Formats: sequence, C-alpha cells, structure tokens
Amino acid sequence: MIVATIHIDNKPYEVQEGDNLLSACLSLGFDIPYFCWHPALHSVGSCRLCAVKNFRNEEDTRGHIVMSCMTAVCDGMRISVKDPEVLEFRASVIEWLMLHHPHDCPVCDEGGECHLQDMTVMTGHNYRRTRMRKRTFRNQELGPFIYHEMNRCIQCYRCVRFYRKYAGGRDLDVSGIHNHLYYGRFEDGTLESEFSGNLVEICPTGVFTDKTLRKHFTRKWDLQTAPSVCVHCGAGCNTIPGERYGKLRRILNRYNHEVNGYFLCDRGRFGYEFVNSDRRIRRAHLRPGTSDRSAELEPSSKEAVVASLEGILANGKRPIGIGSPRASLEANFALRSLVGPDRFYTGMPESESALVSLVLETLTCGPAVSVSLREVELCDAVLVLGEDVPNTSPRLALSLRQSVRRRSLKIADKHCIPLWNDRAVRKVSQEAKSPLFLATVAATRLDDISAATFNGTPDEIARLGYAVAHELDPAAPPVEGSTSEEHVLAACIAGALKAAERPLVVSGTGCGSEAVIIAAAQVAAALHRVGKTAGLSLCVPECNTLGVGLIGGGHLEAAFKEVTSGAADTVVILENDLFRRADAKLVAEFFKAATHVIAIDHLFNQTASHADLLLPAATFAEADGTFINAEGRAQRSYRVFPATDEIRESWRWLYELMQAAGKTDLPLWTTPDDVCRSIAESIDALKPLGQVAPPADFRVAGLKIPRQPHRYSGRTAMTAQVSVHEPAPARDADSALAFSMEGFHGHPPNALLDRYWAPGWNSVQALNKFQSEVGGPLRGGDPGIRVLEPAPDREATYPESVPEAFSPRAGERLIVPLYHVFGSEELSAVSPGIAERSPGPYLGLSPDDAESIGVDEGRNVRLTVADVVLVLPVRLIPSLPQGVTGLSVGLGDLPYVQVPAWGVVTRAKAGD
Amino acid sequence: MFSLLKGMWTLLKHTLRKRVTVQYPEEKPYVPPRWRGRIILARDPDGEERCVACYLCAAACPVDCISLQATQDETGRRYPEFFRINFSRCILCGFCEEACPTYAIQLTPDYEMCEYDRRNLVYEKEDLLISGPGKYPGYNFYRVAGVTVGGKDKGESENEEPPTDVRDLMP
Repeated sequence: MIVATIHIDNKPYEVQEGDNLLSACLSLGFDIPYFCWHPALHSVGSCRLCAVKNFRNEEDTRGHIVMSCMTAVCDGMRISVKDPEVLEFRASVIEWLMLHHPHDCPVCDEGGECHLQDMTVMTGHNYRRTRMRKRTFRNQELGPFIYHEMNRCIQCYRCVRFYRKYAGGRDLDVSGIHNHLYYGRFEDGTLESEFSGNLVEICPTGVFTDKTLRKHFTRKWDLQTAPSVCVHCGAGCNTIPGERYGKLRRILNRYNHEVNGYFLCDRGRFGYEFVNSDRRIRRAHLRPGTSDRSAELEPSSKEAVVASLEGILANGKRPIGIGSPRASLEANFALRSLVGPDRFYTGMPESESALVSLVLETLTCGPAVSVSLREVELCDAVLVLGEDVPNTSPRLALSLRQSVRRRSLKIADKHCIPLWNDRAVRKVSQEAKSPLFLATVAATRLDDISAATFNGTPDEIARLGYAVAHELDPAAPPVEGSTSEEHVLAACIAGALKAAERPLVVSGTGCGSEAVIIAAAQVAAALHRVGKTAGLSLCVPECNTLGVGLIGGGHLEAAFKEVTSGAADTVVILENDLFRRADAKLVAEFFKAATHVIAIDHLFNQTASHADLLLPAATFAEADGTFINAEGRAQRSYRVFPATDEIRESWRWLYELMQAAGKTDLPLWTTPDDVCRSIAESIDALKPLGQVAPPADFRVAGLKIPRQPHRYSGRTAMTAQVSVHEPAPARDADSALAFSMEGFHGHPPNALLDRYWAPGWNSVQALNKFQSEVGGPLRGGDPGIRVLEPAPDREATYPESVPEAFSPRAGERLIVPLYHVFGSEELSAVSPGIAERSPGPYLGLSPDDAESIGVDEGRNVRLTVADVVLVLPVRLIPSLPQGVTGLSVGLGDLPYVQVPAWGVVTRAKAGD
Repeated sequence: MFSLLKGMWTLLKHTLRKRVTVQYPEEKPYVPPRWRGRIILARDPDGEERCVACYLCAAACPVDCISLQATQDETGRRYPEFFRINFSRCILCGFCEEACPTYAIQLTPDYEMCEYDRRNLVYEKEDLLISGPGKYPGYNFYRVAGVTVGGKDKGESENEEPPTDVRDLMP
C-alpha cells in the first residue's frame, strides 16, 4: 500500500494511493451521499450523487466538481466535501431522483432503514417543488422471497449489477429507455437465482423488499437482534436475525470479511421460519405406560418429566447418546458428558462419518490449508471435484463466481485501470475468466463460467483428480486405462493449476465418495510438491458437522447395534431425526429394542414421535451455541430472544439429565462459557474455544450490549393486554448481551455486534462505520477463530491405489445423490417460502436411460436399492452419464437411502 | 378590632362576587378543539381505517405506550392487526399525532377517562377507532400513495401518470 496525503477541506489525511475518493472519504468517516456505488460492486458513476470539489492546488479557489466514486486518489490532492456548490449540486441530484418517488414511506417496508431516506435527509432535500405527474410502473410477482414495488426505483442499477454480474443470475434485467427504465424479469415469475434475497440489502430503496418479513412486518427499530450464525449449511455465514413479539421476523446479513462478506444465500436468509413453525415442540412430553409405545405422547409438567428421568437414568443400564451435526458444540459435548465418551455417537451414518473423518484428517494433516470464503475469491484457478457447490454450499458458489474474475482484474491491472472502476475493468478485460474446472456428477449452476466440465460417476471424478495429481507431479500414482479425452482434460487442468498464483481445489462430502476427497487432497498435495501453495475447500453438509466430528464418537449404525444387541437399553437423541440418516427399517428395529428413548429436538418429526420422553430444545434463535464451519472456523451464535414455554437450550436439558442421573463430579455449568471451557479442557483440537467470543461477564464501561435498538418501541404496551404491570426484562446471564434497550450503544467487540446503525445512517450501509476501511475487515478484527490448522511443513504422501474405472452392471444402475438448495436441508425445508421453492422428490435419469426403460419426464418409476423400494417421478437430466441415476436426497418425505449405491430402476406398475 | 372589621368587610364583599367554582361534572368547562386528550384512530373519508401501521407513532412515543402489528388485506392495503394504547402510561404529549403521516391518530378534547382499575385503561383498536375523519376531513393517504389497494390501481392515485409501457421506445 502506497500512502498518499490528500487535503480534505484544508486538513491533511493519509489514504491509500489509487483507491477511489469516495471509499477513501467514507473510510475516513466523512459522510458523502452515494447510491450506485457499493463496496462489493465498485464504481460505475451512474447516480451522480457523490460529487466533491477538486482543487488544482492551494491557490485554486474555484475548483471543479468531480464524482468521488470515479476519481482515483493521488498524492497532494485537494478536495472539499462541504463546498456550498457541491452541496447544492447533490441536493439538486436528489431532487431529480425524487421527482417520481411515490408518497409511500409509511407503507414501505424499507422505511426506517432506507438508504434513499438517509441520503435525502443528508443532502437536505425537504419539499417536492415540482407539480408534474409521477411516472408509475406495474409490479411483478417475483416468487415467495422478494416483493417488487417498481414505482420506488431511482435507477441506480445496483440490482442488475449484483444479480447478473456478481451472482450470475440471468432472469433479472433492465428494460426501457430514458425515465422508463424498468428493473424486473421479462415476465412475472420466481427469481431463479438462489442469491435473490440480497436484492433486499443491495437496493438502496424499497423496490425489492423481503416478502417473508412483509407477512409479519416490523420496522428495524422494533427488532430485537443478536449476532448469529446460519444453521442451514456448512459455510457458517454470519447473520443478524430479528425478533418481535416472540416471533422471528427476518434474517439480515452480518458482515464478516473472512466468511460471507456482504451476501447470504436465500436458504440462509429465508429459511428462518421453522423457528415460528406450528410443528415446534413447546412443552415436555411424556408417554404414559412405556412398554409398547401404544399410548400417545402427552404434554407433561417439567417436574413430572424430571422425576421420570430420574427413574429411567437410575434404573436402566448405562444410556447411550446420539448427537447431531446440526446441534451446537455445547449441546453435543453435554450429551457426551452425560453418557461418557465411549457411549457417545455422532449421529452421522457410517458412510458420512467416514467422509467427515477424512475431511478432518485432510485439513489437519495438510499440506493444503483450508481457505475462507474471502480467500476463495482471490484464487485464480479452481478445480471442483464432485461437489454440486451451488446446491450444497451456495455461498461458496458465489465466492467461486468472484474467483473467475481474477483474470479480468489482472488484465485491467496491466492496463493501469483501477480495479474499482467496474465498467472499465469489464470492458477492457472482455469479462475474461480465470479457469474453473467442474468435475461433477451432473451439470451445476456454475457451468456457465467454467473453463471445462466433466460429468461422471464419483469414481470417475476421483480418477480425474488422480490423473491431475499425476500430471502435476509424476511421483503421484498414474491412472491406468483412462481415455485420451480424460488424459487431455487432466493435462489441461494440471497446466492451469500450475500456472496459477493461487490454485484452489474444492470438494466435499456431497457425492458421498471417499475416493473423491482423497483425490482432492492428492491434487492439493501434488501442487504443494511442485511448489504451489494450494488452497483446499471441502464442503460439509451441516452447520456443525466438523464440530461433532472433532468431538468424535461412533457412527449411527454402531449406536443401533449397541441397543439391538442389548448392551444398552436407554438412548438420548439430541436434535436428530434418525429417519433422515438411516434406513427406516433399521431405525424402527432400534426403537423397538430400546426400552427408554429420550429425544431433545425443535420440531415434531418421526423420531420425536417414537420417543418416550420428549424435551423441547431451543433453536439457534433461542440458544447460544458455538459452531464450526467447513473452513474450520469456530463461531459463536447468540440467542435473539428468550425461549418461551418450556423450551430450553439442549445443553441445559442435558445438564439436568446429568443431575437426574445422580452423576457425581459434575462440572459447574451455568453459562455456555463454562461448557466451552470443559470442551477446551477435554478435546485437544478445540483448545482455542475459550477465545471465540467475549466471556459472559464482559462489559463496556460497566454496560452490557443491548439487543434492542435505542428506539425500541412499545415497552409499556406490548404485554398490557395480559397485565398492565410491565414485566422486568428477561435477564441474560449467559452472555454480555442484554434483552434490553439500555446499555452500550457504540461499537462493541465484533463477535457481539448485533446491528449496524450510526447517526444519519439507518440503512444497512451504516456498516461502513464499523469497518477498518470500507469493504475491509471490521474494526477490531473479524469474529471467529480457526481451529483447524495443518501441521507446518508436512510432506505430502500418495496412496497406492487408484479407484477402478466405472463399469456399468447389467440390469443395475449407480444411484448417486442430487441436492437442492431449497429442500435438501432439514430445518429450512419447514419454512413456507423454501417449501414453495422446493421440488418434490424425483429420480433423475439421462434421456437415453429413460428411453431404454421406456419412460419420459414426469412418469413414475420404481427404484429398488438394497431392500428399499421407492416409486418416484422421472426428471430428465441430460448431463447425467449413462447408467447413472440421480436420487433427490432429503426432499419432501423421501425416506433415507444410502447412496451412492447400486439399484434397479424399472417402470412403475399400475398399482404403484 | 380594626382587623376584625376588615375581615368582615372582605367576607361581605366576596358574598356578592361572581362564583368561580365550576360545578363539574354537572357543568363542563370549555375545552379548545386542539386540546390533547383521549387518543382516537380516525377513518378516511371512504370510511376505511386511516392507520397504515407505519409504526411512527410507536417510535415517537416517549413512554412507549403504543404497540401494534402491521398486516395487509388481500388487495395489499396495510392496516394494523392490533393497535394498543396503554393509557395508564400515556402522558398525552401528542407526539404520536405529530408523527402520524396519515392523520389517523388524533388527540381529542375528551379528558374524562379515569378508571378504578388500571387494566381498563388499556385500549385496543376497537376502543380507539371512531367512525369519522376527526379533525382532518378529506385526507386519504392511499389516494396519494403509489401502492395499489382495493379499488385503486397503479396510476390512479393523485398526480400520477398511467402505468408506463416499458416496451415502448418512443421518446
């Protein structure tokens, strides 16, 4: 960084040379209004609002007006941000932009957190002087997530620049000319991109608003918020959920420079409604007469439940515990402490357990280092092995889209075009892309930006990975019997990775194959051998898969065996629907063999209906918890509102179970910090857990951090219909956050930062005030700590064997898993909006295969895998290799089938 | 002696003076129309609820005694699902009326709202709604706003062009 000194209103400031003036001024804390500029989308100079005055030298008193977003900073520059002429210029620009803006603010969902409102107030425009009639537009129906109100548009182009250029969407664009510019789809219809929710935050006014929020609308100043972590995939994006009247209302992005930056995927943003679901377990339930489970579960008092727990845990044999990759570290560890490490099971099926251990081994043994989502954006050659990233880890797919722009940026740099000059960069580079190679089972939504794609079976994908490794480093084992095309492709990929400055290999548990993960590690290792520092990004399916993997324990089938063999008769199931993870027949047998089943969960599901004792668990919105994402970053999520009814944190229930079981030498757990301390003491890999977040007794000047904004309304009326005596605010002894509007309203440590607001900045753009530089890390460092670091200077080793080439079996087909961003994840699928976007279960066949079976799109087929028989409609997927069939795992009520596996597909009979 | 007489004289003088005691409640004092008394929710000239549930009154309230929840009907017209004022907390400052962008919330000259039980001072929307437009006849927010509601399509608000044909290329 070259430091330049510029004079702003005759005061010298040090800024980064070559940066754009707007971003430099905002970083320095000056309030310059802007619309079209965004730190992630950079400058195009279309709104003309960020005018400042530039003076030639000290003697120049007249100066000239320039657009600060389009002006590069240079040493000795003299500017004025509050010159009267500049202020007048900005006021008139706002006045023009407001000519057609409707009189909507009271009924607009953006009101109170509107960038347009802020900028209008900032420039001092008060009254509409014109009497001309306002232009109007018809709105479009854009699906379950986004509400469209086109009249409010100020033509800043941010939405299409994000949707098309940044997120790669194709169905939103601008049409019309002059003052008839229209931002929408060609015709009404659901926005296809899984990043459409970001339009809510990108749009500086209320054209695109959150439709799920609209159903239970609340203003920003009335939302109780807390820093949280998304629980709907392994990426670990940071979020700010908001609550009012005991209901979760919406999710906003929480900026974490290293993880999600400014953007979230729609699953993370709109999947929250499961928290408000009617299916929530709100009371403890007990089944009267425990012998045959013929009686229905009945709601019961907490005391009765605890009394019966004492009976069960004291009389039974030692209980076993089944944990969950979607439960927090605290909850899983509490269960492990209850049952003992040897009787704790991770709750993952054997196949997934093996994959997760392999991922952990790969990330801890090195030599490749797992990369954060931000670092992914800096990689200039990427090989994706086996993972359908847009469906299994959507936010990573968005980062991959940015990574292919490295080449464009390099070309622009060569032409001395500043990288923030977005339009010029795109023009000069002609959108040249750095190489992204996709080797997946079927086509993915990243294919449009890929240099080459390869569709094959998991083993073929692994073989391609091995071949690339061999091309990179001849010491790696060669792949026998590959076709010449595969050989050429492998050589091409190896060449591109070798030529890159920062190569990256992406893989994961998605295609259910250990060979694929090993192959990815091979490529990274080979790159390391040839002197490249390769990044590795391995996707995992759930928010705490790596966390529970690090805690360690047996797999689900081992737990089943323990009970069916009679070694254990009591089982505690933590936040886990076993029917989604194991064969229904096995699970039923297991439940039959178990004398006492204690389940702790959020929602009534099949497992809950088999429990003898059901305890209501708090969701991410009602419980503090620590999660480890796919990168190996431990992050703390805080509860947004106090749990109601009998809902409690899982670890608190389990602590109570420990007391009921009469355990001696019980650690004293009163806060999540205490649990974390115990975890750090007993699990080596999780030693740094104590530093994830400030402790519960953390205070700023003796004050807690309030979850409610300073203008939180209705305190003395919101419960007045129940009692006119206002209850005392709920106390939170677990963290430094308070369920109150009183406390420290400044910039707390970033792990506790629960909203963005600064005087004059009510919209999400207030984030600028919390960053060390605009678009950079948060002031004071980004929250979360990495717990997975490979041992330094570890030599790469290669395995001996290479998987066999795919040979089709007569009469049988290889069944592989297919994922959907909307629907494949358990909790989000309960949210109405996500459920609307989710397809029903189906079987994917290539057109040739469908023809050979004699079925076409939509017709039912019969799938037999092991002893499971399913009748499913066919969906034709042209990219699926012949002999390979895709099963839409996790969708709807589809029972668990372990895939990849060989199965038989036949035409459905009339009775099916 | 003199002081005694002086006292008697004053007393006599006062017996002939005009009485200042008002026989409340039989006799009601004059209250100006801008008096800040009991709060009501007005209706627009078409007889619909004026309140659009924008939450500004709640935000302006210094004692936080207003709470409401927005919802909308099938035509997109936003209105409060519930609207509650806790008059046992209200200080009748009138900030809510000042903040209201639709003239929905108004303070009236009625000040007679004593209760023996504080619970009876919690007014719900049904208790607050009156049948007319109150102090501001004529104004209808939805006739001015750009959103569509039942009976008003795009471009039919005051001072609006008909909806733009975006496929039109004419200058």
